[in-house]
Amino acid sequence: MNNDYILQCRDLSKSFGGRWALAGINIDIAPGRIVGLLGPNGSGKTTFIKIANGLIVPNMGSIKIAGSEPGPLTKNIVSYLPDVDYLPNYMNVQQLVSMFDDFYKDFNKEKAFGMLKNLDIEPNLMLKTLSKGTKEKVQLILAMSREARLYMLDEPIGGVDPAARDYILNTIINNYSENASVIISTHLISDIEQILDDVIFIRDGRILLCQSVDDIRAKEGKSVDEYFREVFSYVR
Amino acid sequence: MEWKFNNKLPIYTQLIEQMRIRIVTGYYPPGSRLSSVRELAAEAGVNPNTMQRAFAELESIGLVHAQRTSGRFITEDNELIAQAKKETANRLLEKFTNEMKALGFEKEEILKLLEEYENE
Repeated sequence: MNNDYILQCRDLSKSFGGRWALAGINIDIAPGRIVGLLGPNGSGKTTFIKIANGLIVPNMGSIKIAGSEPGPLTKNIVSYLPDVDYLPNYMNVQQLVSMFDDFYKDFNKEKAFGMLKNLDIEPNLMLKTLSKGTKEKVQLILAMSREARLYMLDEPIGGVDPAARDYILNTIINNYSENASVIISTHLISDIEQILDDVIFIRDGRILLCQSVDDIRAKEGKSVDEYFREVFSYVR
Repeated sequence: MEWKFNNKLPIYTQLIEQMRIRIVTGYYPPGSRLSSVRELAAEAGVNPNTMQRAFAELESIGLVHAQRTSGRFITEDNELIAQAKKETANRLLEKFTNEMKALGFEKEEILKLLEEYENE
């Protein structure tokens, strides 16, 4: 495999009880790219991200992140935002930030507190008292406060209001370094397509298309969002 | 000036167009220093690589030039800016006249309508 890619997978497959959630996918992600992983519910997006983060093991195929299989080494360089609420209810925001600071060498505490302030989230609030949207913001702030080489954000903007969405997208643009890459899984395409380099369309565990946003717009004369609706409209 | 994007054209071509308008209207004055790619990308809400691509294009036509250490600057070549302004005007005129002709107006009628409109 080629070390120029931050993430590379070959024939990656995973089945759950006889159903293939991923049916042999190949993905190459170069450094410095923001990539949208787009597909309907149940298409395999989260399965892929979980494999890349070592939470589940593939049945077949291989995946390398900066040359290593998912494991302790890659956890140092991958910042992962899961699609579920993982916050410990007994902590307040500040304690959680400190915990991240202890856990990750590349965590930037000042950055985290700066973003919390900009989004009006008080550090002394107990996590269990936060609304769903505020919890999502906190999790995203934690993920983006690391100076990682690869960010994997699973549905980062689903539950937050449009104003915060704009701030979050700006946060993503501003906080990844030039050589870092970002993979964002979502179905809210129109909100994020302007910040993406490339998009990967995934359906039934297979890659349908992998192309740059501007190539799609140039070729199809429509936005990725409109194109997505067209491609996926006659699926079922 | 606000950044606005439609859903039909590639984002980088729209960035080039909007940068051109900012240059020919003097919103970015000749010889002035541009913000960094990343700052402008954040301002426009676009991907930094896309902004970079638009800059490369503006550099190749000479409207913007890069200085190795100090950043990017708008050209001081007023003739080049005037020429770019003319090109933009021509494109607007082409669109306008094509649509007016599609409505069935002849050249003289278009000119007359334009004059009347201006006097209103």
